[in-house]
Amino acid sequence: MIGYLTLILSCQLLGELAAQALGLPVPGPVLGMAILFAFLLVRGHVPEALASTSEGLLRNMSLLFVPAGTGIIMHSALLSEALLPLSLAVALSTSLAIVITALMMRWLGKAETHD
Amino acid sequence: MTNLAQTWVYLSASPLFHLTLTLVAFQAASWVFEKGGRNPLLNPVLGAVALVVAVLALTGTDYLTYFQGAQFVHFLLGPATVALAIPLYRQWHHVRASWLAIGASMLTGSLAAVASAVAVLWVAGSREALMASIAPKSVTAPVAMGIAKELGGLPSLTAVLVIVSGIFGAMFGPLLLNLVGVKDWRARGLAIGTASHGIGTARALQVNETAGAFSGLAMGLNALATALLLPILWGLIF
Repeated sequence: MIGYLTLILSCQLLGELAAQALGLPVPGPVLGMAILFAFLLVRGHVPEALASTSEGLLRNMSLLFVPAGTGIIMHSALLSEALLPLSLAVALSTSLAIVITALMMRWLGKAETHD
Repeated sequence: MTNLAQTWVYLSASPLFHLTLTLVAFQAASWVFEKGGRNPLLNPVLGAVALVVAVLALTGTDYLTYFQGAQFVHFLLGPATVALAIPLYRQWHHVRASWLAIGASMLTGSLAAVASAVAVLWVAGSREALMASIAPKSVTAPVAMGIAKELGGLPSLTAVLVIVSGIFGAMFGPLLLNLVGVKDWRARGLAIGTASHGIGTARALQVNETAGAFSGLAMGLNALATALLLPILWGLIF
């Protein structure tokens, strides 16, 4: 458990270092995900203990967004300046992105799996 | 009463109280979510944030004080993002089989998100800084904030818009996907991850592992694509 937690943190640290050193526009943890993924490809399977460690993190991932979400209290003035257009923009664009991505994937994915 | 006040002063200065508050609020919101038959409209992130905001307002606590306790939870976002490699690895055969469809769908959805958000603000006559702040809002927060800064937006406003987009997608995404009749878990996950980054991915993982893996993948790809392409596109238009 501790061993694999160390592996996960090391991947994140490597990701942070790589992002900084190479000036990449992607955050460290996303690069860390790519590094851990590469490790798994080389390893050829997911070790049991790594699976259970990551499951503990991922099962409760929603919780981890609560502190950042609470940050909304710092921006009440900015938000009230343009509350209606901002809410409308978020609602419309998020809905459109979801519908368009899903329909495109259904259309293109079908074409690929049928050949 | 003096004792109570002293205890409060002691507690509010220690990270334990706000850390516990975060967990208790999330437990309560999750309980409501479960009791409500896991209805996405009872999103636990939204419920927990509302509870915490109410307690902070009642006790007159500012965000920085709260964050001293909450940072321990916040920190785990990094390792959790890294851990998304595991569902991705398990679904890799699906991803490899349709990488072109995945890339094209994610890019189209990402472009639709940026264009429609900016268009609404443009029609409303908002200033350019607001348009630059909302443009990257479908991307995971650290990347979106960096892009907003580059475009001349307000990174802290972007962070809020990112969170709201995530919660909105987690709440209404399943409903919209049912409406257009998309049942394929790969397409559903890809759509949620493209529009609603980590918050959508957290929700997708609870429902189906394939959806979760595709959502995590879309989140990473969209972060990369938006960071590379949006500044160029922005320079052409504004």
